[in-house]
Order: sequence, then structure tokens, then C-alpha cells
Amino acid sequence: MDKVNLVQSRTLVLPQSDIDTDQIIPARFLTTTTRKGLGNALFADWRYDSAGKPKPEFLLNRPEANGCGILVAGNNFGCGSSREHAPWALLDFGIQAVISTEIADIFRGNSLKNGLIPVIVDKATHGWLIENPGADVTVDVAACELRLPEGRTVAFPIDGFSRYCLLNGVDQLGYLLNHSDAITRFEGTRSWQP
Amino acid sequence: MSGKSLFQKIWDDHIVVPETADTPAVLYIDLHLTHEVTSPQAFSVLRSKGLKLRRPDLTLATLDHSTPTVPIASLKDLDIVAEPAAAAQIRMMIENCREFGIELFGFDSDARGIVHVIGPELGITQPGKTIVCGDSHTSTHGAFGTLAFGIGTTEVGHVMAAQCLLQRRPKTLAINVDGKIGLGVTAKDIILAIIGRIGVGGGTGHVIEYRGSAIRRLGMEQRMTVCNMSIEGGARSGMIAPDDTTIEYLRNRPMAPKGSAWDTAVARWRRLPSDPDATFDREVTLDANLLTPMVTFGTNPGMVVPIGDPVPTATDASFRKALEYMRVVENKPMLGMPVDVVFIGSCTNSRLSDLREAASVMRGRKVAKSVRMLVVPGSEQVKRAAEAEGLHEVFTAAGAEWREAGCSMCIGMNGDLTASGQLCVSTSNRNFEGRQGIGARTVLASPLTAAASAVAGRIADPRPLIAH
Repeated sequence: MDKVNLVQSRTLVLPQSDIDTDQIIPARFLTTTTRKGLGNALFADWRYDSAGKPKPEFLLNRPEANGCGILVAGNNFGCGSSREHAPWALLDFGIQAVISTEIADIFRGNSLKNGLIPVIVDKATHGWLIENPGADVTVDVAACELRLPEGRTVAFPIDGFSRYCLLNGVDQLGYLLNHSDAITRFEGTRSWQP
Repeated sequence: MSGKSLFQKIWDDHIVVPETADTPAVLYIDLHLTHEVTSPQAFSVLRSKGLKLRRPDLTLATLDHSTPTVPIASLKDLDIVAEPAAAAQIRMMIENCREFGIELFGFDSDARGIVHVIGPELGITQPGKTIVCGDSHTSTHGAFGTLAFGIGTTEVGHVMAAQCLLQRRPKTLAINVDGKIGLGVTAKDIILAIIGRIGVGGGTGHVIEYRGSAIRRLGMEQRMTVCNMSIEGGARSGMIAPDDTTIEYLRNRPMAPKGSAWDTAVARWRRLPSDPDATFDREVTLDANLLTPMVTFGTNPGMVVPIGDPVPTATDASFRKALEYMRVVENKPMLGMPVDVVFIGSCTNSRLSDLREAASVMRGRKVAKSVRMLVVPGSEQVKRAAEAEGLHEVFTAAGAEWREAGCSMCIGMNGDLTASGQLCVSTSNRNFEGRQGIGARTVLASPLTAAASAVAGRIADPRPLIAH
């Protein structure tokens, strides 16, 4: 995983609540066996018409979406299926941080392991972001801080371990395998065997 | 100090390295279930790092998600009936399992089926275990008093390489369902009512324990239906304490312990239920006596009403968008809406008892002319058992299609789809936009309600069709 710290960008705003991972990337794209190139499938059913042509009115197809790295979504983003293809598709499209009032557990975990920053904010901040699409904001992982225009800052929660992994580009598998001796001990000493 | 909950007992029993303020716990995983869709990239990571599977003996694989539900006699058939990408993915799974030494319940196995159906059926899902799978409906296994949850593909790789995951302890939510459900009301209606109450994000960050007399009265297949949809309430995991029902279900299953090992295991399982003085971070209570058949009206499982009740008034833009997508009118009931497709299947409702319930409504009746009905057993074992009872004849005589086991129209990856604009009454778990096909409109319901709707050609209450 690459190191992740600052993301500075205009925001893209999808105000709908409960956007599930089936919307982020529909199941028919899950027959892939790699994690690359899924950006084209991001929000496919909202983004393309039945002939496969981009719908000009959909947010991601509008000119102002170019170069945006921060997505502001309605309440409870990423619910449903555990497909890691959802953060893969967002990252491949160029989204590096997602902001909502609530982010579903599995999606949040998958995002952190791929360097996509889940940012949970209070209702008032969220309301402001929804009302002000295209705002210039900065997500600062080191400071656990979202910086809004005119110098306003909002702290966001991120556990210390995930923060460390993002900032240092740590591969969590390597960290886990460093515990191999402890795992072997556990297997040898537990009171029952599965 | 208060007693321990079921969750806490299992969690404590699997801590390899405890969590600290700065680091998550290293949690041991007793069973890793895997399938063709969420594993290829994990195998690639193992290969690129030169890693082996740490415990192939604690890993079990099947083919279910992108797998066709028409008969496959050999892999040659696969290329004829499956999309090239799906066929390639299935072939890769077979190859990966061979290379890494994983037991695969594939086309040549009479135990192949949906991953959350075969684990319990084989008896490898056992109380007190930690179970994971790259699938959010892994919570199904919690019905046996396991800590079971869905993971992403990166974590699939972690379990393969280390047999452990890095985890933070979740919060606990007790959902108490007391009383007695009425005739025609099922486990599916219980869980839909629960999700309606707590909302699709209501369980985020929590593991649920389902408790109460209505839960205790359910059989194992019904308990699986309840736990299966925990994720639709935002909880990664849902569990039910093991009891006599659990133990009788597991007795003599092929992969369950035998002889004295069985007695030892049962004694251990008996100690798992939450202590009487265990506390939970949150509690929610439902009265089972008040429940009726439930149907969803919107585009997430929390948008659900009792079958005769009017659809609520839209309160915001997201809600209105959902009603527009579903072509549902607020303040009117779902009852009577024309139906195009009925799907009986999925890891929620594809077990023998589900098929028996649907067949009890279909027997001697016909699927309405305007309706296509698909019945997809959860596993090859379920299929054989249903056929031994003649259930397949009930369905085919009524005009329904009887298929091979798989996830099928729940996720629509294998070619089983609902056409755009069509309304499907489905026993699956997700009514998300496009879930069953682009533009498909899904109404989630129990097998009884789905079967009654197939007969009526409209969303129908099953209760008048059930013999008292």
C-alpha cells in the first residue's frame, strides 16, 4: 500500500443515504480476477444508460468531477456486500477519501486496507458539505482533521493502528505475520482444536 | 464484575495477542470458507509473496456465486452455459484450490452449494468457533453460537496466510424477541421486522445476540435465516446461543465430532450461552405476538412494512427516489401489486424447510400465467432431499423452474436475472437497486409470501392459503 496522508481536493457530493456497495460496483463486474481497472465500473448503473453511454447529468460524468479526490456521500455509506471491489473501484476512479456521517463496518475496513480514507463527521459538518458541493477541503490523516474553507477544522476518528498504517504505507499482512510465533504457540496450547 | 456474553466468551477464547490502545487484537480463525468471487486476488497475493496457506485443514471452498444453476456434467458444459468471465473465474478457483491444497466442494461433489448452506449441513459449523468468509452473509453461521462475520479480499489473504485477523472488539447489541409468532409468520418476517426497527445502519459497529422465547422456539434453519440478515441491519455478526436444538441438528453430521470427542464438544458448547448477569452495550425488544408477514417496499431491507400496511409517507429525497425506483405509491399497501418474477432461494431461504413451506402453498395450485417462478435449492444435498419428498414435482407441476444449487438470482452473477422494470418477490436478502438485474424491482419476503404471490400473480398474504 502507498503512503497516504494529505488529500486536498474539491468535493463530489452524492447526497443519497444508504448507498450500498451494489451501487458502488454492481455484481456483474465481480467476475474479474484482478483488482485493476474497476474505475470504469464505479456507480455503473447510475452512470451509464442501457446502451452503455455516460448519462451527462450524473455527477461523475460532469466536467467538474475531473480531478476530484474526495466523495461526500449521504448517511451510512458502503452498506451491504463485503466486496472489496468497492474501494478498488473508488480508488481506481481517483477517489482517495469518502466523507459521511456513518460508514459501514466491512466497507470501512476494506477501505483502510487499500489506502482509501473513511472520514466520519458530525451532522452539522455533513450538512454543510452536502449543501456546498465542490468545496475545497483537505483530509489530513496525520492530524485526524478535515479542513474546510475559511480555516474551519473538524476532527475525525481514526484508530491509531489504521492511521499508522496509512501514514507509513504498512502492509497489514506483514504485521500479522510478525506474530507467527505467537500464533503457533496459540495453536499448540489452546484447550480444544477446531 | 458482570458475567460474560456468548460473544465475549468466544472472543476471549480466540485472542492470540490482546488489543491495546494502539493495536488491534490478533484473533484466531477456526474456519475459513471461501468461494470463487472474493478469493482470486487473495490467492494472487499469496503467490506473489511466496506464501503458503497456513491451515488448509481449516479452509473449505465451494462454487456458488457466479456458478450456473443449470446442470453441469463437466467443465465443457461450463463454457457453454456460463459467461466467459464467470467460467474463467470458476476454473481459476478449481486451480487455486488444487495448488494451495484446499478441499473444494465443486461440480464433482454431491455436497456443493451456497457456502452458508453447506457449512452447517456438513456439520463443520460448530458452536464456539470463529468463522469468516469473503461474503457479508457469513453471519448466517452465528445461528450455531459462532462468531461469524464477512471480510474483504485483503482479509481473505490474511486468514489464508496467518489463520488470524486483526480485529477491534465490536460493541454488543441484544435483540430480545419474546412471544409466539402466528401461523403464516416466519423467521424471515422476524428479521425483516427487526431491520425495520433498527434500520440498515442500526447495528453498525455491533455484534447482535438474538434472544428470547420466540428465537428459542425456532429450528436451526429458521435461526440461520435470522442471523443471515444481521448485516442488513449493519451488524457484521449475529448470533444465537447453542441449545438442544443446535446439538440435535449437529449430531451425526459428517464433519461433526464423533464418539467421546462429541461428548467433550457438547459439554464445551453447553458453557457458551451468555451468563444470566451478562450485560450488553444496547438492547432492543420486539413482541413476536404482534408480527405479521412482512414485505419490503423500497431499495434497502430497512424499508419494510407489515404486508397489509400502507407504505409510509416519503420524508426525504432518498426515500422518494426509492419509491420512484420501485414504482410504489406512498400511503397504499404493497398487497395486490402485480408480480413478474418469484425467486425462492439464496443463503437466506433455500433450505429444505423453506422449500417445504413454499411447496405447502403451491401444492395443487398453479403459478399465475404472468409470473416466472424460479426455485433454487441452497445445496445439492437440499436438492436431493427435496426431490426425495417430491417437492420438485409440486413446483414443476405448478409451472415453476427447478434448478441446481447456487446463489442465482439473489446476486444475478450467473445469468439468472430479473429484467429491467420487472417486479420480483424474492426470498433473498437484498432489495438494492439493480441487485437482481439492471432496473429490477425487488420485494423481499418469506417463502410463504413469495409462493402465495406466485399463485396470485400479485403480492399476496399467504395466511388465507395456509390450512389451520
